[in-house]
Amino acid sequence: MGSLRARLTPYALMLPGGLWLAIFFVVPTLILLQFSLLTGNEADGYEFTFHWQNYTDALSTYYPQFIRSLEYGGIATVLGIALSYPIAYWIAFKGGARKSTYLFLILLPFFVSFVLRTISWQFLLSDNGMVLGPLKDWGLLPADFHVLQTSVAVIGGLTYNYLPFMVLPIYVALERVDPGVVEASYDLYSSRTQSFLKVILPLSLPGVFAGVLMNFVPAASDYVNAEVLGGPDNTMIGNIIQDQALTVRDYPTATALSATLMLALLVGIFAYARALGTETVLQAAAR
Amino acid sequence: MDRKIDPALLRGLSQRRYDRRDVMKLFGVGAGLGTAGLALAACGVKGAKQAPADQDAVAKYWSGKKQNGHLDFATWALYMPTDHAPLKAFTKETGITVNYQEVIQDDPEWYGKIQPQLAADKPIGYDLMVVTNGIELDKLIDFGYLAPLDHSKLPNYAQNADPIYRDEAFDKGNVYSIPYTSGYTGIAYNPTYVKEPITKIAQLWDPKYAGKLGMMKSPQELGNFGMLLLGINPETSTPQDWAKAAAKLQEQKPLVRAYVTQDYTKSLANGDLWICQAWSGDIFQENASNGSNLQFVVPEEGGTIWTDNMMIPKTAANPVDALMMMDYFYRPQVAADLTEFINYVTPVPSTKDLIAKHAAASTGDDKKTLEAILTSPLVYPTAADLAKLKRYPTLKSADDQKTYQNTFLPISSG
Amino acid sequence: MTTILTPVPAEPAKPKPPRSRSKLGDRLLLWYTWAVILWLCLPIGVMILFGFNQVQGRYNNRWHGFTLEWYVHVFDLSGLTNALKASLIIAVVSTLIATTLGTLLGVALGRYRFRGDGTSNLVQFAAISTPEIVMGMSLVAFFVQLNVPLGYLTIIIAHVMFSLSFVAVTVRSRVLTLDRSVEEAAKDLGASAMGTFWLVTLPMILPGVTAGALLAFAISIDDFVVTNFTAGNVETFPLWIWSAQKNGLPPQVNVMGTLIFAGGVLLALGNAMAARRRSA
Repeated sequence: MGSLRARLTPYALMLPGGLWLAIFFVVPTLILLQFSLLTGNEADGYEFTFHWQNYTDALSTYYPQFIRSLEYGGIATVLGIALSYPIAYWIAFKGGARKSTYLFLILLPFFVSFVLRTISWQFLLSDNGMVLGPLKDWGLLPADFHVLQTSVAVIGGLTYNYLPFMVLPIYVALERVDPGVVEASYDLYSSRTQSFLKVILPLSLPGVFAGVLMNFVPAASDYVNAEVLGGPDNTMIGNIIQDQALTVRDYPTATALSATLMLALLVGIFAYARALGTETVLQAAAR
Repeated sequence: MDRKIDPALLRGLSQRRYDRRDVMKLFGVGAGLGTAGLALAACGVKGAKQAPADQDAVAKYWSGKKQNGHLDFATWALYMPTDHAPLKAFTKETGITVNYQEVIQDDPEWYGKIQPQLAADKPIGYDLMVVTNGIELDKLIDFGYLAPLDHSKLPNYAQNADPIYRDEAFDKGNVYSIPYTSGYTGIAYNPTYVKEPITKIAQLWDPKYAGKLGMMKSPQELGNFGMLLLGINPETSTPQDWAKAAAKLQEQKPLVRAYVTQDYTKSLANGDLWICQAWSGDIFQENASNGSNLQFVVPEEGGTIWTDNMMIPKTAANPVDALMMMDYFYRPQVAADLTEFINYVTPVPSTKDLIAKHAAASTGDDKKTLEAILTSPLVYPTAADLAKLKRYPTLKSADDQKTYQNTFLPISSG
Repeated sequence: MTTILTPVPAEPAKPKPPRSRSKLGDRLLLWYTWAVILWLCLPIGVMILFGFNQVQGRYNNRWHGFTLEWYVHVFDLSGLTNALKASLIIAVVSTLIATTLGTLLGVALGRYRFRGDGTSNLVQFAAISTPEIVMGMSLVAFFVQLNVPLGYLTIIIAHVMFSLSFVAVTVRSRVLTLDRSVEEAAKDLGASAMGTFWLVTLPMILPGVTAGALLAFAISIDDFVVTNFTAGNVETFPLWIWSAQKNGLPPQVNVMGTLIFAGGVLLALGNAMAARRRSA
């Protein structure tokens, strides 16, 4: 009797949450795939016809934006690694008692709404605003120089918005490096650089990969940065999906593009999960 | 030499993995849910098109509806004096309280917000709304989302509305909507930076404005300008015409700094843009409220005229109150008060005399502003002005709508 | 199976002897870190600053002088205030539901091994990693198929959906560090399964639950993309800002953003201090 209840306990515990995810995450994803194979329009209705042409039509029209999204996401991720690694290294190894304070400061931007942060950047970077205005007045920049509506602004915004998600996983991984190993390397190697390259860096790679995951996926599918900071040549696939879904109201095309985006990113995600396990990502998320 | 195995890799390799059994489990789960999904798939999604309303429909809709004493009104920014004086007077006279919300920025966005509710026959939270003529209004009418108006309850409209605004192509007989205001799309520029007079759409293709030029993102606005430049009448245009216009607009693209929606007055005022496609009343108001010196012209090749219309969603909770508000705006004095603030074209011509009287009785700056309104072709167009202005193309079929939008959207989202 | 994350990691011993070059390297790293922190906080500073601006005209883009009037008039714009209220209500409701469901799920995954735990892990992982725009699109397709009107209900459903994975993960990592002998002791002393859970387990995982709840609250208040797709014509705080930015943001937005920021910081600091007191 007791053991039956004990056996059923985990199922009872996970059922409400699991059911919620099943109904509101798994099923909608399947319906997304279903919608991508419909033909029709809003007026006459949609019919399920396995219309794979939705995919070929959508991709042949919008592959430049697709590629651009992967590009921008990739550059933002690489920049993120370059910017975050020194910080994570410093906090993990030299932070001392103030580690939590530094981490807290890094996370500070997240207490302000994502949309507000991006709009503040638009304000800061405006043509004659607080940053560019004085620089132009002092003759350091030509008068028609502008940052907004360029890819630099969009990539900058993407890097900025997801930076803490790169610092945190790398920090988590670096923090777990056994100091004894580092000590041993100093005893055996003559320079700090070599010790870093051969010991610390490889040990931190799971954290770097986790950070890549938590940066690349949202960055490549973002559209807020492109809309607020970008111009007509910086459109990302997220903007196209939004336009198709909400303005043109062409659900088959919008869902076909979403499904392709999800597939492209999930392939990377599951390859990563298979190689390195889901632990680091879940731990970093728990932080 | 033994290569050191990366401990992280070792950790990953020795963790519990997703083996064949897990994959089979996943397939099983997936197949189960997939079948469920396909079962739903057999249903597809219903079409939204409805038959047009007839006389019986009007009687049927309005039978049993009563005045409730409250009204939720959704509209665009800057369409009501800041002190809400006309609304307050309305409340005083009828006892109906008005919740006035400037929540509409963009027709497609607004349509997207209210469509799911209307499709499911649920209230949208508003009884009265203002939508521009165009694709979204066509959809609202075709899909039966609007209440057919009871014209017996609109005496002021019958008496005072300008005949040219009745019986428009987009709502024959004004079955579902009556105009709130009209406006034009033309060219606005900042004379501090633009030293020559601007008179033609062709000047928007001038390389000397590269990087300081703005165009509108809306496919209907953008498309119209492309067609007018090529001498095509948008109202009778064909898909071939649209393609030609899109090609011309692609040529202009390297010069365009941004494809704007609502925020161009700010950019024009502070010099981020020098010249931009713009709506008439916005420029008038920018100059009046912020002291800017922006100029607006209707180009020689022509401009676009559009109408913002009042209508009642079919699931409105207080349709009778909404109907009374609609008629109230057609009283000449109320219309005059509105025009003095919003500076767009009013559908009530007798306001001109009332504003003239008001101007005669005023002094100083007020007098100057009122006289500017009286003489402005932006508020009281002459027949010659109207001849140059064209409407958006009529796009009745869903295919046409999709083709049109997909012809011009790629220009702004390259 | 997995290495357990210790709450306070031991500091690595200093390498010996410290050379002057490494001192310079440390200095540079320190300044670099502070430079990046400043860069991260720059837009926040601007937002807070311009909540004190004496705005003239419609646009809040030039500094005219210091004033506190917007703090007095912060609730003047009824649309904005309603949007903030909506955001708060949705955040509270979805946090309550997500925390409950997520805690149960986290305990199940962290404590027990059962058929389907691999799948659950996978689904959770997918839920955290899926791009928001794909989630928004699939929810819209789902609600359209079922002809469910978009509004408060659909927003709350969406928010609970993506928050609960975060709560589950947070609780799970806390559960993994629990000392089971305490629970065994409780059982030996005659407590029922329910009693053990309420009186022993729950208090021990409470820091994880609180952290998860705070996370869910923050995610819900800030969410834009998924909410944009599922809101119908309900306006939440981020949605209102998005619509209004085209016409120029009123200073009340800056004020509210500042207040939310201050509130969040205080909550986080309070949570940290409570955690320190608990572990002391």
